[in-house]
Amino acid sequence: MTITTENPLVKIEGLHKFYGHHHVLRGIDLTVNQGEVSVVIGPSGSGKSTMLRCVNLLETISAGRISVGGSLIGYREVNGRLHDLKTKEIAAQRREIGMVFQRFNLFPHKTALQNVMEAPVQVKGQSKDVARKRALELLDRVGLADRAGHYPSQLSGGQQQRVAIARALAMDPELMLFDEPTSALDPELVGDVLNVMKDLAKSGMTMIVVTHEIGFAREVGDRLTFMDGGVVVESGDPREVLANPQHARTKEFLSRVL
Amino acid sequence: MKRAPEHAAPVLNKPVPVRHPGRWISAVIILGFLAVFLQSLVTNRNFRWDIVGTYILDVKVVQGVGWTLILTVGSMVLAIVLAILLAFMRQSENPVFRWSSWVWVWFFRGTPVYTQLVFWGLISVLYPKISAGVPFGPELFSVDTSTIITATVAAILGLGLNESAYLAEIFRAGLKSVDRGQMEAAEALGMGKTKIMWRIILPQAMRVIVPPTGNETIGMLKTTSLVLAVPFTLDLTFATNTLANRTYLPVPLLIVAAIWYLVITSILMVGQHFIEAYYGKGVDNLAPAAINPAAARASAAVAPSADAEPALKMDPEEEAK
Repeated sequence: MTITTENPLVKIEGLHKFYGHHHVLRGIDLTVNQGEVSVVIGPSGSGKSTMLRCVNLLETISAGRISVGGSLIGYREVNGRLHDLKTKEIAAQRREIGMVFQRFNLFPHKTALQNVMEAPVQVKGQSKDVARKRALELLDRVGLADRAGHYPSQLSGGQQQRVAIARALAMDPELMLFDEPTSALDPELVGDVLNVMKDLAKSGMTMIVVTHEIGFAREVGDRLTFMDGGVVVESGDPREVLANPQHARTKEFLSRVL
Repeated sequence: MKRAPEHAAPVLNKPVPVRHPGRWISAVIILGFLAVFLQSLVTNRNFRWDIVGTYILDVKVVQGVGWTLILTVGSMVLAIVLAILLAFMRQSENPVFRWSSWVWVWFFRGTPVYTQLVFWGLISVLYPKISAGVPFGPELFSVDTSTIITATVAAILGLGLNESAYLAEIFRAGLKSVDRGQMEAAEALGMGKTKIMWRIILPQAMRVIVPPTGNETIGMLKTTSLVLAVPFTLDLTFATNTLANRTYLPVPLLIVAAIWYLVITSILMVGQHFIEAYYGKGVDNLAPAAINPAAARASAAVAPSADAEPALKMDPEEEAK
């Protein structure tokens, strides 16, 4: 840990991803500092979700390196050669990285409370009492203390997504990944989820947010990255990029979404 | 949709319903057939209901029911355990497991259960002794096969191994029916493969697995009547057949057997209903709390940590105001 303002938590270097012959990511470099909110935008098919999913190894890394908190994700490097990590070691890395999905992916056979308690009890071995107390605090923090006993199917999309955020926070991650967290929501429910994310950002959480919410990027983002065709086209301060995009593709994209 | 109180209550529509003469005609025809059939049950003396009454609670018959239940439960338990293992193996990243599971299903599904039962009955002829030791090396211990593979064990093995192949496919279909996002969400939380399978995937798959497995259990109840191939001679069908041959009255004893099979099937169906309700929780079965906005707001107002730690309070609904 160096005592400078530049304190990278996540470093993505030369990331490539192939699906068969399909070259989805074509050399991505991205650094996210501790406590920073890094927002990634771009047209669908630009590879932004794939990049995010590589960070916690939901996708394998075809080429390049990703490190979180100084440790290489998915590999061990011995004498310049990469060795795959074991499933258990990968699981240990994922515990430090929370993920929120576009389609929530709550466990439908468990109540909101049980969803939030599941990983602390089963993965961290917390006692049920401790995990329950913490889960209720987190549900309260996302404004859903009164919905603890509800099953996901009894909650609105916005409520489900807030439970999903609480579920990820229950593992006390050092990094949160958001994969289009509001894209599957009705317009009037988007605000609740964004507010929870804003408060999380204020509390100092390091976040990578793939989204179409330009307003969120402008208001909360510390850095905005525009991706297209599997490459980073432009990256910088969100206010500057949005007000004064340097590349034609960024201009064209923004003109369509703003 | 409640209207404002100042409006008068709406006049409800009372349309003339569409007539369904077909329903009445079909009801008359089917009831007619039913009446003729019921009349024949009562008047046709060849049914010999008195004999049915004599033998329905005969010791041999009731014991036969007990053995049939033992065979059904024993072979289904064996089959379910094997099927879970086979289904997990089929999904494994280990190609040896995937291949072994496929071959098992191919073999036990591809040969008749009758043949397999005869084979298990003859196992002590094929392998008179079971011994453990090093292949081509010294022998550690040895027992007579017939003392381990009794007729009961042979019957349960024969039925259970055959059934495991069918159930493995049902379990595989169930596991595949669970959305991929569930696996990803659990993986993202850092859960291990075994915990993901037992705690996240399998409980959800059970919704899909239980109905066809109930079907298979009821099928198994009747398939136990094939165990005379072993030969196993204590089950319900064998018991009633023996009595029928002794009394020269096959029809009433077939009815005795049929009544018992129907009774057990009905009990199994009740059990299946409760198992389905259990695994349907959160999806088909939303028992605990229907959303009641007034009660919810009241309990939110007294939520403990909200007051204790105001800094943590982040109710977006409030912030929006």
